Amino acid sequence: MKLRRTMLYVPGNNPNMVKDAHIYRSDSVMFDLEDSVSVREKDAARLLIFHALRCIDYETTETVVRINGLDTPFGRDDVEAMVRAQPDIIRLPKTETPEDIQMIDQKLTEVERQAGVEAGSIKLFAAIESARGVVNAYRIATSSERLVGIAFGAEDFVTNMHTSRSKPGTELFTARQEILLAARAAGLHAVDTVFADISDDEGFREEVGLIKNMGFDGKSVINPRQVGIVHSIYMPSVVEIKTARRIIRAIKRAEQEGSGVVAVNGKMIDKPVVDRARHTLDLAQASGIYLDEIEEEEING
Amino acid sequence: MANNAAGRDIPARIKGLPEIRPFEGAFKNTPLVRKQKGSRSLPRLNKIVDSIEQAVLKSGVQDGMTISFHHHLRNGDMVLNMVMDVIANLGLKDLTIASSSLTDAHTPLITHIKQGVVRRLICSGIRGELAEAVSHGVLDTPVLFHSHGGRARMIEAGELQIDVAFLAVPSCDVYGNANGYTGPSACGSLGYAKVDAVHAAKVVLITDNLVEYPNTPFSIHQDHVDLIVPVDQIGDPQGISAGSLRMTRNPRDILIAQYASHVIEHSGYMEDGFSIQTGSGSISLAVTQFLRDVMLRKNYTASFALGGVTGNIVTLHEEGLIKRILDVQSFDQEAIRSIAENRYHTEIDASYYANPHNKGCATNKINVVVLSAMEIDTDFNVNVLTGSDGVIRGASGGHSDTAIGSGISIVVAPLIRGRTATVVDRVDTIITPGETVDVLVTDHGVAVNPKRRDIYDRLKTKHLPLYSIEQLKQKAEKVTGVPEPVQFEDKIVGVVEYRDGTIIDVVYQVKD
Repeated sequence: MKLRRTMLYVPGNNPNMVKDAHIYRSDSVMFDLEDSVSVREKDAARLLIFHALRCIDYETTETVVRINGLDTPFGRDDVEAMVRAQPDIIRLPKTETPEDIQMIDQKLTEVERQAGVEAGSIKLFAAIESARGVVNAYRIATSSERLVGIAFGAEDFVTNMHTSRSKPGTELFTARQEILLAARAAGLHAVDTVFADISDDEGFREEVGLIKNMGFDGKSVINPRQVGIVHSIYMPSVVEIKTARRIIRAIKRAEQEGSGVVAVNGKMIDKPVVDRARHTLDLAQASGIYLDEIEEEEING
Repeated sequence: MANNAAGRDIPARIKGLPEIRPFEGAFKNTPLVRKQKGSRSLPRLNKIVDSIEQAVLKSGVQDGMTISFHHHLRNGDMVLNMVMDVIANLGLKDLTIASSSLTDAHTPLITHIKQGVVRRLICSGIRGELAEAVSHGVLDTPVLFHSHGGRARMIEAGELQIDVAFLAVPSCDVYGNANGYTGPSACGSLGYAKVDAVHAAKVVLITDNLVEYPNTPFSIHQDHVDLIVPVDQIGDPQGISAGSLRMTRNPRDILIAQYASHVIEHSGYMEDGFSIQTGSGSISLAVTQFLRDVMLRKNYTASFALGGVTGNIVTLHEEGLIKRILDVQSFDQEAIRSIAENRYHTEIDASYYANPHNKGCATNKINVVVLSAMEIDTDFNVNVLTGSDGVIRGASGGHSDTAIGSGISIVVAPLIRGRTATVVDRVDTIITPGETVDVLVTDHGVAVNPKRRDIYDRLKTKHLPLYSIEQLKQKAEKVTGVPEPVQFEDKIVGVVEYRDGTIIDVVYQVKD
């Protein structure tokens, strides 16, 4: 399964960062045409990202473009250009209602047809950044076939909630839970908000630990140095890997022998356990650079 | 039978011995001593002269001679310009300047070249406006570029004969014992100057810190020194050393350093007791930092660190992770402090450091070296001298010396700088031949020299982004395109001598 542990923000008007945003090996790179680009540079950034996506080989890194909302003067032009540039995903900011998603879905379909791009090929990520968005989370999550995930944007959210971000993050707790519940219920990925203080590595680690335990698939990151930290926290332990490998082996053996009930270490193995084991091995493989002692073949079982 | 000055009859010949020279009096054959016991004034024992002009005249500088300098004061050096101004005022012409390197501080040489005072430069590198002028053909005779080890070799072999060495020293006594780590212009090691002091026909020390005799411990020895000139200031401390070189926060540099550290860890050359040289670039500093983590994790210590020394090497030394430091050049304040304080932070001279033809140089004993590159080509040849516009802007330094001497030489560089690719088909100027370069580490991936199959085999299971160097070149060119070749004139403005004395490349004048 596709991993989205890290979605790296890249300002859409910074050619030096755009040209090789994938070298930090985040699971996704997100070229931003929205908040990090000033009004005067909107068209230049759009053009830069258009050409970058068409010319530069981002290899296996998933490409995401955060466009301007369709209620802004730039959103429609962004869609026109990006459908033709074909990133993997378009991320819609400040999503508040299912209608927001349906509107962009229609626009995408229309431009895909005009541009001769396969219908439905461009996927969507909805960013929820307000109380209204949180309240509508499940309806948003189920509003389009194109949706693959929901991202939480806390900066606008706390302003909307008349509060500010704190270190423990209590002000975000319910929103995070709502978004996770909606995403899981709809079978989508859930990606947590950015951590803005790039000099506070310790605080960042704590927050990543928290959102991992809550169940988020990953985090939006604003500095390449944060990528390795997130990946190391999402990296399964050697014990977890070994257990997962035993489970997968046991399942394979059971399938070959045609036996129904499978147990490992005296515990019944059912589908959720197998799914979790597979996910652990995916994570382990993606974390490979930190896991030299465990050989790849062994991981693959 | 002869009556000697002591009143003894000494036979003119004694069987089995060579010719006998009878004693002629205690003062006759030792001129440099007190003429009378008990004299309080010691004119012949004091080598101090009042001015640089006197030193130039007394040392016998004449038209066409070779005079030498060192670059330990780096961008803060005032001495070369002081001496050259005096020489120009005296009307001397056609001099060869053999400075271990030339920096941004030496722009005034352009005027001396144009006025015929200076005819030729022999150095490791040139920077700034002087380099621009040289690349545009200001000199009729090409610059001879050498490595640090190569310079020591050519001096010791007699190929570079220095008539007078003018050596800036941060502290010195009246008899010429000098060191680099005390005084307001402290620069740390005097490793390059030490060679000149031993081999130049005449040695003039220039200091802004005259101290009580004997100035121990000393790097330059009184028995090599002819004259001493006290001046107000030999250098600008701001330009002499970086305050403290901090760990970079540039994610690209950190990424390259992580890959490099990973390569070193798994290269087979990092084990308990290994040895290392890293440079002063921000990537090198970060590599040292990451290696520290590896050493702590694996419980390794390094037997020694070599080279241009920086504060973070000192930190590892003081933590006990690096047992000894061999220091030919101290880059920052911490290194300067350490060479004065730490018993096992030892100053070495350039010959000990890297002369390929002496009986054993330190670069041959290092396991791992981390090097930089302006350009590297698909044959792993490295250019650290000329920029992508063909203009000189760097120095040979110890690059080729350490590349060949080390067990594994690792070049670290971003794959693309600005709009130009670092990996090219053919470097503009070869400083270090590709057969001595083992691994290239960039932000886009790692390439191992095909000659080093052993290293490739060790790294291939270690989750590094391994590519061929041709693949890295293609990755770069996909972004940068292939630039038009730089246009040169036919005139040769520089000759690059490999460390063994052979010519590896030439530098042409750039077209305007």
